[in-house]
Amino acid sequence: MTLARADQATRRYGDVLALDRVDLEVSAGELVGLLGPNGAGKSTLMNLLVGLRRPSSGRVELFGGDPRDPASRRQIGVTPQETGLPGTLRVSEVVDFVAAHYPDPLPRGELLDQFGLGDLARRQTGGLSGGQRRRLAVALAFVGRPRLVLLDEPTTGLDVAARHTLWEAIRAFHADGGTVLLSSHYLEEVEALAHRVVVIGQGRVLADDTVDAVRGIVGVRRVSLVADQLPDLPGVVRTERVDGRLHLLTTDADALVRALVTAGTAFTDLEVRPTSLEEAFLAITSGDAPTGDQPATEGRTATATAAAGGRPTTV
Amino acid sequence: MQLALVHARYQLLEIIRIPVAVVGSAFFPAAAMIFFVVPFAGEDSAGATLATASMVTFSVMSANIFQYGVGVAEDRDQPWNPYTRTLPAGPAPRFAGRVLAGLALTYLSLIPVVVIGATLTAAEITLAAFLLTIGTVAVISVPFTLMGLAIGYSLPSKAAIVVAQVVFLPLAFGGGLLSAPGDAPGFIETIAPFLPTRGAAELMWSAVGDYRVQPLAMIMLGVWVVLLAALAGWAYRRDEGRRFS
Repeated sequence: MTLARADQATRRYGDVLALDRVDLEVSAGELVGLLGPNGAGKSTLMNLLVGLRRPSSGRVELFGGDPRDPASRRQIGVTPQETGLPGTLRVSEVVDFVAAHYPDPLPRGELLDQFGLGDLARRQTGGLSGGQRRRLAVALAFVGRPRLVLLDEPTTGLDVAARHTLWEAIRAFHADGGTVLLSSHYLEEVEALAHRVVVIGQGRVLADDTVDAVRGIVGVRRVSLVADQLPDLPGVVRTERVDGRLHLLTTDADALVRALVTAGTAFTDLEVRPTSLEEAFLAITSGDAPTGDQPATEGRTATATAAAGGRPTTV
Repeated sequence: MQLALVHARYQLLEIIRIPVAVVGSAFFPAAAMIFFVVPFAGEDSAGATLATASMVTFSVMSANIFQYGVGVAEDRDQPWNPYTRTLPAGPAPRFAGRVLAGLALTYLSLIPVVVIGATLTAAEITLAAFLLTIGTVAVISVPFTLMGLAIGYSLPSKAAIVVAQVVFLPLAFGGGLLSAPGDAPGFIETIAPFLPTRGAAELMWSAVGDYRVQPLAMIMLGVWVVLLAALAGWAYRRDEGRRFS
């Protein structure tokens, strides 16, 4: 059963195309990660799905209905931005307020304990630490015993311990049969939680696949070295020469280095570094653009063209 | 309806947790009462009653313009507001809750004025007339609620504070709230009937004492309600369209 669906959903803000003909289906029981760099369109897609915004064209559905109809939202849970909690209300009051909107909410104590907030029920939210506020914000998504929770960057800015508490809660909800759609710009977070990953870049779905397959696409490493001539190397998605150094973006650094050594190529100063998600996106969206020191503007055009041309996804 | 009460309750809680905000809306009318009414009209029963009614009108106006004008503008700045729109309820309960909370706070802000009127002046009122004024307060809240909503939905919070302050004093003086009926300086008597404060004050005067309302002020009050409702509706839809469409 499909709980949430986007069908050729497009959203413009004035001249800016935030979401470009996106298709997405989330079925019951899935834990889907929405991965993309900042500004890729993740939040816009979330806002369409929870009914805060209307698509400029195309359709979005929740439980087969329009998300803007309150009845369609009865079985979802959403997280407010942590900065948005009313500062003068106590933790227990915020939970009770949200619970009043649902027919059969979770008991407050149970919910707070699950998110490690049991001792803070009497505190005003304005006096909580950033991590505590973030946990409360995520906890609110689960108040109404939802079948689907939509978490927009749930752990951004959290320390490791707080992040793991949240991950545990999300896993427990999923283990009980709950469905999760969570956005993140951390590959690590999506790897830790999701089974299926939808990669979004520049408003388009670039990939929709298993975590392993997507790691192969966006888990790009940068191998850089000084060398005159290079043999044909496996798995290189992009080559750049900057200040005499060669930068090779590759999905398999081990194989590349092995091939380098086997070919007996003369090189010095080898470095292997992970790339940021942004770099990985640039690599996969403009992989067939000519390499070298082209002006930045052209590079961007090439990227946009490649993205708009619908680079084959690995479905 | 149940949900509207829930929203009203939590909005009241949010406001009452910052008591200065409540004291603020009650302070100015109470101070005006002590400085303008007690020394000048304190002895004369009919005069003191009308003057107290004027101060009640003043209080209703300032409470509504400020709490809607500034409150709505501040809420629009907070991400909590869009979050509540993802709950399975839609905007109506929140809006209704806001109006209920606003009315409750308006009545609260009237208490000092009424207490000062009853204890420090010769103002008198029958029980029936008192009940009538309670209803009248709800009626005259309408134009000022709409004015506050128009300000709150059309301006950012910093601008809304300024505009609310700029608007409410001229309305109070110009409407003749700080002088006895028919006793204001000449030019104020001329412009007063055209201001919403005058029509509201006249309704209050006729509720508490022997005062016959002027048709011109009533017609203008009606015109103001229609105008302000249109303005508030326009600002609300424009804001919704900008943020939620």
